[in-house]
Amino acid sequence: MQTRNVLVVGVGGQGVLLASNVLAAACLARGYDVKKSEVKGMAQRGGAVVSFVRYGERVHSPLVERGRADLVLSLEWAEALRWAAYLRPGGVLAVDLVRILPPAAQLDHRTWQASYPAVEVERLRQAGWDVRPYEASRCAAELGDGRMANVVLLGAVSRELEFTVEEWEQALREVVPEQVVEANLRAFHAGRELPLASVSPGDVRRPAARTFRVEVTASWCKGRSCGICVRVCPEEVLAFGPDDRATAASPDRCTGCQLCQLLCPDFAVVVREEVAVG
Amino acid sequence: METRTQERTRIALLTGNEAIARGAYEAGVAVATGYPGTPSTEIVEYLATLPDVYVEWSSNEKVALDVAMGASMGGVRALCTMKHVGLNVASDTFMVANYTGVRGGLVVVSADDPGMHSSQNEQDNRLYAKFAGVPLLEPSDSQEAKTFTELAFSLSEEFDTPVLLRTTTRISHTRGVVQLGDRQVPPRRPFQRDPAKYVMLPAYARQRRPRVLERLPRLAEVAARPEFLRVEMRDPSVGVVTAGVCYTLVREVLPEASVLKLGMSYPLPLDAIRGFAAQVRRLFVVEELEPFLEEMLRAAGLPVEGKAYFPQQGELTPERVREGFARAGVLPEPGDAGRANLATAPRPPVLCPGCPHTAPFLALQRLGAVVCGDIGCYTLGALEPLRAMDACLAMGSSIGMATGLALAGTAPGPVVAVIGDSTFLHAGLPALVDAVYKRAHVTVVILDNGTTAMTGGQPHPATGSGVRGEPAPRVDLAAVCRAMGVEFVRVVDPYDLGATFVALEEAIRYPGVSVVITNRPCVEAPVKVRDEPFRVVPERCTACQLCMDLGCPAIVWTDETYEGRPKVTIRLDACTGCTLCAQVCPADAIVRVGPGWRRS
Repeated sequence: MQTRNVLVVGVGGQGVLLASNVLAAACLARGYDVKKSEVKGMAQRGGAVVSFVRYGERVHSPLVERGRADLVLSLEWAEALRWAAYLRPGGVLAVDLVRILPPAAQLDHRTWQASYPAVEVERLRQAGWDVRPYEASRCAAELGDGRMANVVLLGAVSRELEFTVEEWEQALREVVPEQVVEANLRAFHAGRELPLASVSPGDVRRPAARTFRVEVTASWCKGRSCGICVRVCPEEVLAFGPDDRATAASPDRCTGCQLCQLLCPDFAVVVREEVAVG
Repeated sequence: METRTQERTRIALLTGNEAIARGAYEAGVAVATGYPGTPSTEIVEYLATLPDVYVEWSSNEKVALDVAMGASMGGVRALCTMKHVGLNVASDTFMVANYTGVRGGLVVVSADDPGMHSSQNEQDNRLYAKFAGVPLLEPSDSQEAKTFTELAFSLSEEFDTPVLLRTTTRISHTRGVVQLGDRQVPPRRPFQRDPAKYVMLPAYARQRRPRVLERLPRLAEVAARPEFLRVEMRDPSVGVVTAGVCYTLVREVLPEASVLKLGMSYPLPLDAIRGFAAQVRRLFVVEELEPFLEEMLRAAGLPVEGKAYFPQQGELTPERVREGFARAGVLPEPGDAGRANLATAPRPPVLCPGCPHTAPFLALQRLGAVVCGDIGCYTLGALEPLRAMDACLAMGSSIGMATGLALAGTAPGPVVAVIGDSTFLHAGLPALVDAVYKRAHVTVVILDNGTTAMTGGQPHPATGSGVRGEPAPRVDLAAVCRAMGVEFVRVVDPYDLGATFVALEEAIRYPGVSVVITNRPCVEAPVKVRDEPFRVVPERCTACQLCMDLGCPAIVWTDETYEGRPKVTIRLDACTGCTLCAQVCPADAIVRVGPGWRRS
């Protein structure tokens, strides 16, 4: 038997390791040689998590080589794209359509575009992969606990792998904490019957950037002894000038939220929008 | 992962770390010590689940090795674990323990991190074995991790030397099939006074040094024993000398090549390697990081090829080994079709929702502080949007660096050191004493979250509990600081943003060493803290983005906008109810979810 290569991927906290533990337990019960590799520590703090599972008669490398994975099981849309290149041609990409926007993707305060990829299943299919989108998180939430999306998705792809229903159930019983075994068995079977999701593109286009100007009337400003506007500005536009009064030190960053104007006890700050004339 | 299957079959799926623990357990280890550090942490944690072994988290790696050394001197088997950079801390003892030798077997585990998955450098600790003249064992999978650990104890006693067992992230954190056995405790060899062996006065040390040199040729013979050395003759046109995880990569990428696999990579079984070299047309060395084997083989006059094809930086992967053999003309060039990465969202690690480190960093950023940071979760305070750290080197470095920066007198803002509770006890104490002694104008912020969070929540001397959860004496951090001569010591709740600001402002103004201790427990360990979450009232949200400045992963943009800016929402499943966003919101748009809500 040729060694099988599986990636279970997602965001830290989604239960990637539990899902791959279930798969590994099923492999062990079958008598396969199995290796399961992941990285812990800093890499896990809300970051991208990958677990490699390889099984067969004799497994050497703990790592899957890019372009050789039979299955990528992704608990999140953007993570599916991060690891898709590990798939062999024709490999199966099972993905939960849940989208988790990371803080780092929401930093553009000029265009307000999140750096998050659009859900484009067809484009991935054109790359030659067997893409299976599922609403696993929604299904798990309907079952009463959204955290079981990992087991729902495992159920959804369970037919793709050689293990029997009994072997899957046995593996779940071994790995999942005792008090939630029954709930997870239900999640697994719900996943097994889960239909493919229909995907509608829903990317939001936001309006073009606007330009603002912050003006401080120095003679009205109490300066450092007050400091409200400097502290509160979300974009750190304001700072104390050489005279210790507030001044717009980084005017380009102003997004026009007007917090400084609204909170200034001395009416010393005004925010104006700059409108191009002509 | 020892499952219920294991009791029936005596086979378990263990990580390399668990297998090392299991091997030590079966070899009858009596004392196991360590300091948490990825990727080594689970060895001590797993041993703590097994009976009949004294297990401790020490305050740092040097203390851990000293304790293990003392136990060995007392005639019992001792294990000491750490991450690669931990051996730098322990090296002061390590570089003398090689002279004294041992009584009960002493095994030092160094878990290296090629690729720096969770480390500040990727130093290759194989060099320490050569530096110290101690035997170096390198397992290539979990089964070997267990077997080699057992063998290491015997070797240590047979040759009167500490043994260095070196793993890498991929060995430590890969689960594989392991055959379990029973624990066998060797008879104790009670402590015997022997100053010439254990008191390293120059005169005695000069007598011990030759023993280090004498045993190396005898150890090289051991390296050729079949339990360590495996010569796999296949296609004679390519021969590869390799060890550890690199062996598994070579087998995968080049299954037909002849391979000489080392289990002991120092000292080398040079005769066996010469014999192997004579049977193959081209001789390669595949090793991660430094050309450790390559240089020794070159020095022995063998025509090896290695770093010319395989990178010296980063973790080796099947792809990189394949590319190397392709460059060497052994394999065809790998086609790149379909292998290009797809564009996706950036997802660096972040501070958790409700992390008690968030408010101090937000305050420090707004106060314009120049921050010398330290090693822990809070190093992430350097990243967007908090951007509140200017330097971070090694465990405990923050306070000393802040002292130096303050003395330089060129910092554009107040100089602040930020250090976690565990790190403070690890290596911060001497630096704080030094700062007091220098009358440095620095503020030291001790982020006391009551655990060693980054490595998963291990207890330390200020948590009041031991490794098995048992009650333990608790160090009072504020009292320690006062006793060291710090006159300004303030304890503040970091969930109170205003109080945190005020405490830091006053501390910064104080003309001398000031200490601010934040005292909220970590939300993830040892207990998951989950209070009633908050939600956003969309009609009130003015999309000012002030809450987004916290960098909380539970707060996300919605499709709704206010004056063109995206409003926000809170992921109820992720929110821990810490209240920080509600405190900063100028529109009172962030409120408790309210009655009727139930966390699933």
